[in-house]
Amino acid sequence: MSAQPLLEVHDLSVTFPSEAGPVAAVRGLSYHVMPGEVLGIVGESGSGKSVSSLAVMGLLPARARITGSIKFRGSELLGQSDKNLSRIRGRGISMIFQDPLSALTPVFTVGAQIAEAVRIHQDVSAEAAMRRAVELLDLVGIPNPSQRVGAFPHEFSGGMRQRAMIAMAIANNPDLIIADEPTTALDVTIQAQILETLRKAQETTGAAIIMITHDLGVIAGAANRVTVMYAGKPVETGAIDDVFYQPRMPYTLGLLGSIPRLDRAEHSPLTPIEGTPPSLVDLPRGCPFTPRCPMRIDVCEQIEPDLLPTARSGVGHSAACHRSGEIEEQSLQSADVFPAPVIGKPPAAGIPRDQRPAVLELRDMVKHYPLVKGAILHRRVGTVFAVDGISLDIREGETLGLVGESGCGKTTTIMEILNLVKPQSGNIVVLGKSTAQMTDDERFRIRRELSVVFQDPMASLDPRMPISDILGEPLLTHGVPAAEQSRRIEELLQIVGLRGEHANRYPQEFSGGQRQRIGIARALTLQPKLIVLDEPVSALDVSIRAGIINLLEKLQTELGLSYLFVAHDLSVVRHIADRVGVMYLGKIVEIGEVDRVFGLPAHPYTQALLSAIPLPDPRKERTRRRIILQGDMPSPADPPSGCRFRTRCQKFAGELNDHERQRCIDEEPVLHEPETSGGDHLAACHYAEGYAVLEDTSGR
Amino acid sequence: MNSNSGQSRSRLVARRFLRRRLAVFGLFIVFLFFAFAYLGPSFYKWRYDQLDFKSFLERPSAEHWFGTTQNGFDMFALTMRGMQKSLIIGLIGAVISTAVAAAAGAAAGYFSGWTDRAIITLIDLLLVLPGFLIIAILSPLFEGRTWLIFVLLLAAFQWMITARVVRSMTLSMKEREFVYAARFMGVSDWKIILRHILPNMSSFLIIDATINVSSLILAEVGLSFFGFGVQPPDISLGTLINDHWQSASTSNGYQFYFPAVLLVLLVLSVNLVGDGLRDALDPNAGAGKPEAGRPEAGNKQ
Repeated sequence: MSAQPLLEVHDLSVTFPSEAGPVAAVRGLSYHVMPGEVLGIVGESGSGKSVSSLAVMGLLPARARITGSIKFRGSELLGQSDKNLSRIRGRGISMIFQDPLSALTPVFTVGAQIAEAVRIHQDVSAEAAMRRAVELLDLVGIPNPSQRVGAFPHEFSGGMRQRAMIAMAIANNPDLIIADEPTTALDVTIQAQILETLRKAQETTGAAIIMITHDLGVIAGAANRVTVMYAGKPVETGAIDDVFYQPRMPYTLGLLGSIPRLDRAEHSPLTPIEGTPPSLVDLPRGCPFTPRCPMRIDVCEQIEPDLLPTARSGVGHSAACHRSGEIEEQSLQSADVFPAPVIGKPPAAGIPRDQRPAVLELRDMVKHYPLVKGAILHRRVGTVFAVDGISLDIREGETLGLVGESGCGKTTTIMEILNLVKPQSGNIVVLGKSTAQMTDDERFRIRRELSVVFQDPMASLDPRMPISDILGEPLLTHGVPAAEQSRRIEELLQIVGLRGEHANRYPQEFSGGQRQRIGIARALTLQPKLIVLDEPVSALDVSIRAGIINLLEKLQTELGLSYLFVAHDLSVVRHIADRVGVMYLGKIVEIGEVDRVFGLPAHPYTQALLSAIPLPDPRKERTRRRIILQGDMPSPADPPSGCRFRTRCQKFAGELNDHERQRCIDEEPVLHEPETSGGDHLAACHYAEGYAVLEDTSGR
Repeated sequence: MNSNSGQSRSRLVARRFLRRRLAVFGLFIVFLFFAFAYLGPSFYKWRYDQLDFKSFLERPSAEHWFGTTQNGFDMFALTMRGMQKSLIIGLIGAVISTAVAAAAGAAAGYFSGWTDRAIITLIDLLLVLPGFLIIAILSPLFEGRTWLIFVLLLAAFQWMITARVVRSMTLSMKEREFVYAARFMGVSDWKIILRHILPNMSSFLIIDATINVSSLILAEVGLSFFGFGVQPPDISLGTLINDHWQSASTSNGYQFYFPAVLLVLLVLSVNLVGDGLRDALDPNAGAGKPEAGRPEAGNKQ
């Protein structure tokens, strides 16, 4: 640590005026970044992590009040004119934004935009800048860069756009790159590609990186040091291993305990952090985490603790907690601090699976969308094979997880199920009734038994209705008497952990987690048998997720529900599901018992998917072998012949000989039991072979 | 926190509206006109159909606020009577046209397919027809009958553009998850439209209805001016202006200027109220925007 820090942020505070009063977005943040290192900043939404990085870039709106000091290579950035800062931005510090869709101008070619970034800071000719753009695109792994340089942003996929953003960020060899949630908007296999590209970009340029994210897994794999933020303040900072293995602040402990682990087979309940982050408008005295902290004592409500070095763990490890000493002495873990709820076994678990009645059966279900052209004549020019023949069944009391990247047909599948109409081909049987033969009356009655929880708790509740009306709507629709209605609404609120007096409030008054609870309550209103859960936790903050997952598990046990759980987050699926189906381009490529599929995945896609998910475990992240898939998912309007996955398949590219490959090109594989597995496990690959991507570390 | 956010929302809208000085001024003027138009006869000495045989063509005075006409009618009483009619035509017409637009637009957007195509065709057809001319041609039909037919005709040529906007808003609204949730619990289509879709665009509809008031008043005045709109013995601002426009350049100009200036003031005020309402109800509109809006946590609270 002899070198001078590249960036030093000292006691940075940012306040925004608002109608409700000043919003203290960042309150006294200090950190430093050494040349070439990766600093991770973790926090939930509203913790001030993005605002602080925008302050470093000088990109905050003028009405923000910024105090403290930001020194880049020893010179102060705060108070500098925009013109001076522009010289540093791009050349000294550059930024990669979250949304690659809006970060590129749609009317200029990608190459022109990169060349522009080069020419602003370097005195080179237009041709030289264009050549540099091609080089950069090549560096970030865009195939055929000399052709793609003339492409417009809309011709690029999300992952390619993010690569172009990285190319632009490293165009002038900056010393520091700030990456603000660079992979949040992307699918996991693309996320793995982008993280790899960032790593490579860092190697080439030797730049330091500030990686801002809410994903502890991404941090674990990428960062050297980490700062955890809560309510605008750093609450713990230190070397990555110290913070992950010896956390000294209850919030960090809680965060680590609340994430479901992809690499653990045992299904112990998660440890949720109760409550919600405080409003930044009127922060109480004392530690902002106090209301949610199980270790709070009187002093926590009086005095806000400073970030102080911990006694025993590594150099530079500090925590802001009055009781971090105790945590250290007794080496407390998440489970010791946060009480984990006890969740029993579902009543149906005792009965063997094939003796339980099926609540949902799909047989070769197909949904194709026509691609039409022309405003009047609607000529059909092609077909989108959104769902191309999938079969699955859900037995009473079990959870089937349906996973896959965006565009794989998950959403189409559940919409087909929920519409309860005859599919284009194949069969949907809900609770023993085929949708093809249902009368309108029967369909209406089946709707009582089948309900849905949506992804976005902001959009799934009508903002103009009080909670009592939202929960009352299904009761009203299905003719439940008025007296019964209000009793049921109160009961439902109790079940999902809200209070009866919440009934006459409006959705805007609730936090995301509470709204999702209301969404779940609405799904339960008519005592359904099957609930379709469409990404129910992916829009929630990490610390809130565990509570919702536990609630879903508890409800399943108490009410004997069956779930169809659609998600792209495989760790959540491993935690909650009994069986899992993996979808790729409208087909199920692997399905079976969750521990078998995740423990010994047989399809190359499942293997790649599992290896792409970052684990919140730095040591493991460093030693893991990664399978990085090439390219993007092909368009579902034009799927490859034979096996649909072959264009990206690592096995096809690396392990098979030409003769074997021919079979992948000619013949579409069907689901069959791989040799390496016994029991409930099917994979659709000609050369299916179990390969343990993740080792179980539950016995650590 | 407030126990009733319906209340707190309306309070927020009211606060944002009051922040716009001009809108408040507009609202004040509209109320003032309403008060005079309807309460005028109760405190004013002269009625609109009363003749003052002692004063013909008299300039404004304490006795006759706006002066008198050639025949001895009181100009203030006439103007207030005309204002009554113009206001009521504007209001009823705006409500009808916005209601038709909401129903047609929502049906087109929600049901799509043939309903959509039929409604869109009707809209396009009505848009290319010259409304002014058609009402003028049809005016003999409602001559001597109630002026309500005239209002209906005015509204019939007013709803189309709003309906198009409502249709496109419905198209995006029906993809919202709470609409899906209602559909999947078995709520019928029209109930979904009435319960979820239209209430969620109510701010747009309110603004639209307000702005329609002024354009309908103008349309009414225009038609009445040419004798195709309100027919005697009814009086509107349009007929008044028609009766007296020739005096504009003479020394009796007050006969023209009082109704004309009041008309301009009325339309301007209604538009100011509409603008203010838009800023207050629509958080994305410029001036009504609160100063807060942190980029990251805007949706929390």
